[in-house]
Amino acid sequence: MSAVTSENLRPIGTPSEQLVAAARWRWFEFLFWGIAILCGLSMFAPMLGFNVPIIPSKMMLMSEILILGLLALSIDLCLGYAGLVTLGQGAFFGIGAYTAGLLAKHGAGVAPLSDPILGLLAAGLVAGFVGFATSFLVLRGSDLTRLMVTLGVALIVEELVNKLKDITGGSDGLQGVMSSPILGIWEFDLFGKTAFWYTLIVVFVCFWFCRRLVNSSYGYSLRAIKGNALRARAIGVPVNARLIQVYTLAAAIAGIAGGLLAQTTQFASPDMVAFHRSADSLLMVIFGGAGYLYGGLIGSVVFRIMQDFLSNITPQYWLFWVGVVLVLLVLFVRNGIIGLLSAAVSRSKGAGK
Amino acid sequence: MMKRRLLLAGVAAGAFAVPFAGTLASAVAQEVVKIGLIATLTGPQASSGRQKVAGARLFMAQNGDTVAGKKIELIIKDDTGVADQTRRIAQELIVNDKVAFLSGFSLTPLALAVAPVITQAKVPAIIMTAGTSVITERSPYFVRASFTLPQQTIPITEWAAKNGIKTAVSLVSDYGPGIDAQDAFKMGLEARGGKVVEQIKAPLANPEFAAFLQRAKDLKPDALFLFVPAPTAGSLMRQVVDRGISQAGIKVIGTGDITDDDQLNGMGDAVIGLTTSHFYSAAHDSPMNKKFVADFKAANNNLRPNFIGVSGYDGMHLMYEALKKTNGNTDGTALVEAMKGMKLESPRGTFSIDPATRDIVQDVYIRKVERKDGELYNIEFDVVKDVKDPTHK
Repeated sequence: MSAVTSENLRPIGTPSEQLVAAARWRWFEFLFWGIAILCGLSMFAPMLGFNVPIIPSKMMLMSEILILGLLALSIDLCLGYAGLVTLGQGAFFGIGAYTAGLLAKHGAGVAPLSDPILGLLAAGLVAGFVGFATSFLVLRGSDLTRLMVTLGVALIVEELVNKLKDITGGSDGLQGVMSSPILGIWEFDLFGKTAFWYTLIVVFVCFWFCRRLVNSSYGYSLRAIKGNALRARAIGVPVNARLIQVYTLAAAIAGIAGGLLAQTTQFASPDMVAFHRSADSLLMVIFGGAGYLYGGLIGSVVFRIMQDFLSNITPQYWLFWVGVVLVLLVLFVRNGIIGLLSAAVSRSKGAGK
Repeated sequence: MMKRRLLLAGVAAGAFAVPFAGTLASAVAQEVVKIGLIATLTGPQASSGRQKVAGARLFMAQNGDTVAGKKIELIIKDDTGVADQTRRIAQELIVNDKVAFLSGFSLTPLALAVAPVITQAKVPAIIMTAGTSVITERSPYFVRASFTLPQQTIPITEWAAKNGIKTAVSLVSDYGPGIDAQDAFKMGLEARGGKVVEQIKAPLANPEFAAFLQRAKDLKPDALFLFVPAPTAGSLMRQVVDRGISQAGIKVIGTGDITDDDQLNGMGDAVIGLTTSHFYSAAHDSPMNKKFVADFKAANNNLRPNFIGVSGYDGMHLMYEALKKTNGNTDGTALVEAMKGMKLESPRGTFSIDPATRDIVQDVYIRKVERKDGELYNIEFDVVKDVKDPTHK
């Protein structure tokens, strides 16, 4: 799987041919999304008389995994491509969640206002706007300063959510969110089936957009900035403008992820803005491997399934085992799970020759 | 080798338990009734989860796991104290495990998050901790086995007024139950001729109270009223002692949450004499409670039961009695109806479920911290009988 990124590709041809080759969809990408669709289709299996264990009963968990994956994807865009370290993505996630939640709550019954898709767009817009406004702070300083600044923004948002009780419901969370049917047709059900398909489609659209972006010349300019901002500026890349744009875009995507969570769980609480949200999703990116787009998605799948599995076995001590796995992974595996896989593939290819 | 294989089989069985439990149940003649217990077992509220689970398990150990010819299966899940997890777990327990009851809920936000789910699925949920009045109004399927803050607070204002407290400052955690407690305290004290000089709110997720305590101290009231969730009480009380609030002539009073049995021994002699009002003390003088405390300690490595432990125990008791009354019928609406007006004997004394509000009606005791048999206990010296939540209409 040495072809995971374009960086370790060595195709022959003109630069533009190389770009086209790098942007081509590969087999493992079809595999990934194919599995996701199969998981969704498995919900119909009982109707046809098959009995697929576990998966159909875990629709809620799978939607949550996809949503966390989207949040991780937005971090990967910052961290893996533009080299922007952020510890505050949870803030935009929360802003998106509250925007979508408030729209669903107060717009209930008012047809166009309460539509979930409009709610998502609003969530993305509001989060993107806040992202744009705070991006100027992020431009200043280097990695460590950026960690502090993004963390600071997240803490401010968290405290605002806590204090603006009349709007957000404070520590008790936003009550009474009733999601309307999607496009007035598909109702959210207790089994989380609608929620899963809705989430899968939204996540795929966002992913496809990001994939186009990072494989364009724009995306390559981001990688140049990550590689060396000074040189990138010397060859004419408008570094600051690019960083502002990508940070804003990542914020908007995180907002959409938050909106999805609020709509599918019909609830928003200060936990959605909390520090552990940002930290967990950063962990997922590192877990899966930064700079591949798939890293965040795969990281969130593995991370949440591991969490669910361990906490079912030992509800009291599961955090300990999660910690052990994380330490081992960081110690022995470089570039996360994707790094591990691609190393295994290239080794088997080498042996075959 | 044998052992490892067994272990593997166990793990595999655990992983596949969800889809197969249903077939197993129907294969065996005895039907299984599942009860979901959503506790907070990790994070800052972990001690509450531990108590609740221990209480529920103790009731099952004392009374067997068969009710009305059906086998009771308790499914315990950790929600880490995060509301959207509580909600997802509740949904999974209802949809996958087809539980007859949900129970647990260590904080008000966690209980509120499941309200729409249980209403939609018509599954009764027994509240074993969360103490905001409004919860039971959010779904007709909530029944409370714990307490409400106004119910616990009003009796202490009566005591305060009788004991010459004219001015007071309240310091509470800034969330549902805290606001309930501060409002009830102000209402109760001012109705009895006292005055609340200032109401201070501290953030819920903040173990640092120094600045708030200093402000209270500077106001020089007759009394300082405190409420924080029990797992935070230990650190609050240490800071109350450090600030020398009592030495400044300010009487420290509160609901029993701040002298939580689970942590009282660790607070030291400085809390002796602290007066609180609450529905349960491990030192409550009744044969049933003596047995409860002894069995609880024996089963849990000498852990002393607190009000959450007893609520877990009584919550389980409620569910058992409801199943007996419906003769094993697990229809949610029938179960809720069965619990309405139910009157049960408990280690805390007698309690009943108000048929109108599904909230708990119970005796509230006025207690003082004293040293007894070398340990610190809340010793009850006065009681207000059959207290209802005063804020329900």
